[in-house]
Amino acid sequence: MELIVCVKQVPDPEAPPASFKVDTATNKVVPPPGVPPVISTFDETAVEAALRMKDAKGGKITVISLGNNLVRDVVKKPLAMGADQLILLEDPVYENSDSWSTAYALSMAIKKIGNFDIIFCGRQAADWDAGQVGLGIAEFLGIPSVTLAKKVESIDGKVRVERVVPDGFEVIESPTPCLITVTNELGEPRYAPLKGIMKAAKIQPIIWKPQDIGVDPSQIGASGRRTKLVKLFQPVKEGKCEIIEGENAADAAVKLAVRLREAKVL
Amino acid sequence: MADYKGVLVCGEAIEGKLAGITAEMLGGGRKLADKLGEGLAVVLLGSGVKALAQEAIAFGADKVYVVDDPVLKDYQTDAYIMAMENVVNQVAPRVLLLGQTSMGRDLAPRFAFRLKTAVSMDCTELDIDPQSKLLIQTRPVYGGNARAVFTTESLPQMATIRAKAMSPLQRDDSRKGDIVDVPSGVDASKIKAKFVQKVKEEVAGVKLEEAPAVVSGGRGMGGPDGFKQLEALARSLKGAVGATRPAIDNGWVPSSVQVGLTGKIVAPEVYIAIALSGSSQHMAGCSGSKTIIAINKDPEANIFREARFGIVADWKQALPAFTQKVQELLK
Ligand SMILES: Cc1cc2nc3c(=O)[nH]c(=O)nc-3n(C[C@@H](O)[C@H](O)[C@H](O)COP(=O)(O)OP(=O)(O)OC[C@H]3O[C@@H](n4cnc5c(N)ncnc54)[C@H](O)[C@@H]3O)c2cc1C
Ligand SMILES: Cc1cc2nc3c(=O)[nH]c(=O)nc-3n(C[C@H](O)[C@H](O)[C@H](O)COP(=O)(O)OP(=O)(O)OC[C@H]3O[C@@H](n4cnc5c(N)ncnc54)[C@H](O)[C@@H]3O)c2cc1C
Repeated sequence: MELIVCVKQVPDPEAPPASFKVDTATNKVVPPPGVPPVISTFDETAVEAALRMKDAKGGKITVISLGNNLVRDVVKKPLAMGADQLILLEDPVYENSDSWSTAYALSMAIKKIGNFDIIFCGRQAADWDAGQVGLGIAEFLGIPSVTLAKKVESIDGKVRVERVVPDGFEVIESPTPCLITVTNELGEPRYAPLKGIMKAAKIQPIIWKPQDIGVDPSQIGASGRRTKLVKLFQPVKEGKCEIIEGENAADAAVKLAVRLREAKVL
Repeated sequence: MADYKGVLVCGEAIEGKLAGITAEMLGGGRKLADKLGEGLAVVLLGSGVKALAQEAIAFGADKVYVVDDPVLKDYQTDAYIMAMENVVNQVAPRVLLLGQTSMGRDLAPRFAFRLKTAVSMDCTELDIDPQSKLLIQTRPVYGGNARAVFTTESLPQMATIRAKAMSPLQRDDSRKGDIVDVPSGVDASKIKAKFVQKVKEEVAGVKLEEAPAVVSGGRGMGGPDGFKQLEALARSLKGAVGATRPAIDNGWVPSSVQVGLTGKIVAPEVYIAIALSGSSQHMAGCSGSKTIIAINKDPEANIFREARFGIVADWKQALPAFTQKVQELLK
């Protein structure tokens, strides 16, 4: 099977909230010093979903990432996990893209790849949390989409997906080619073995510039945006925590319960 | 081009009743419509949904579009997009709101791309700019660490709304409104990804989203046994157990109890956070709680910046005493 995974490089979403800063003058996030970016969490899960499909059915996995200043060690992680090829759409023009312009450029690159069975995306990127790009790609390509997958199998030429809903899951069947967005319930992404890391080090990413994928320059990056970011800010927290002390943990716990009763919380 | 006017809410039914999020959107949508001096409509898609039209009016809708068709019985992306396209072409709303639900997450982005407009996902606040009449869309980004305010010029201006972010109006059964039937216009041969079946994974006891008290455990619980103790505390409070993502990823509890950005949104009277650090993504699902209480062994944990009361302690030592005292006090 020909499998494609879209992965996004993001600032580490697990960095402590206290280190998070916004420059309100430019409406930009200031990356915490010394914390390297990562592949967006759900995109690693998407890579895992593709690897499981490849384990079951064989085939090839192509990873695509769009951005600017993509850190090679970061975006190569899917290769170390077992993907076969990496295409980077890397250009300063992609700064300040929105979901629309990102999906458009990715769909043009996928058109250039041509032949594929399944595209995997994360359910949402860990920075802007939109959950739009995957569905946008599917719409640009005119292919069916299934979101929030926790299990993806290929049965009799069809893709069978378990889609997470609040009280269980739905089973959805789609013909190929199709696009699937993946959620963490799929399971932990595998570790990159040392052999994989060494293999990845030898693979040169393929770099496609905007002109290589035939995009309309007015539709990519900032000029292709459909949304205007008016303001980006950090909400103020005025909360103050009352720490209840005690002689030991059990004593503090009892005092906490009493205090909660007193404050009519219980 | 059509003249886009008014606010349209895409409604949802749960087990034969109007979904809570739909009533909330009607409450929020009513304010927007009044600011615009335009109407508030709701569209109900499904099979056997016409009975809910009156309820939607009681919650603030001026007009209800009913698309009642067996083909819409279960949510299927392709079918719902065709039906919504039909409705939106007819109604031409200035603002279109959907819930940030499993349907809204799937339908809204793809539909926005179909209409060549934009959507802001998971908004917690909406307003109308008095001059430009544009919809001001505020949504948490970076897992809740920041808020972004967007406007869009393309029509309809679309947004999905986070659960419990807006308040429903008081139900008023004497309100009057129009009910309009709309054919679905669905061409079944164009439904590619097909719904096969639904598998329910029921959790016993109080429903997490409706529980007056939620006791959540995190990675620090160390395993499923710890969660048994949380259940005992939750039972004493007539509440439910929640969890952070690592507890789900480790298989200690089912995924249906995950609280957070990519889990359930809860807003109970009391939220007790035990052995969880208070990551922004987790807090996105519980920051609307009235009182947050933390038990954590690390005094520097972020949860103490979010909680109102707390103790710095190992839960293994603190929890039995806490549960016992709570039971005693509530007797
Ligand atoms: C200064 C600044 C301003 C911004 N303003 C806006 C704004 O106004 N509106 C807005 O929507 N966004 C804005 N962004 C974020 C924007 O650049 C996002 O990258 C873009 O919107 C796509 O991310 P998303 O969160 O929408 O992705 P999602 O839709 O959440 O991503 C879903 C999935 O799509 C795939 N995917 C997404 N992006 C990529 C990628 N680059 N390469 C490969 N795969 C990808 C991944 O599989 C991902 O899991 C801004 C960013 C900056 C730095
Ligand atoms: C896009 C995205 C979406 C996400 N969505 C969600 C979501 O919906 N919900 C969610 O929860 N997470 C979500 N996450 C994950 C989130 O970023 C955090 O990783 C997660 O919430 C951390 O869980 P935790 O607090 O249990 O674990 P940790 O951060 O590891 O914290 C464990 C805490 O337990 C304390 N502890 C350990 N042992 C003890 C003990 N014996 N007694 C007392 N305290 C102890 C420690 O001091 C620590 O503070 C998401 C992440 C991303 C990137």
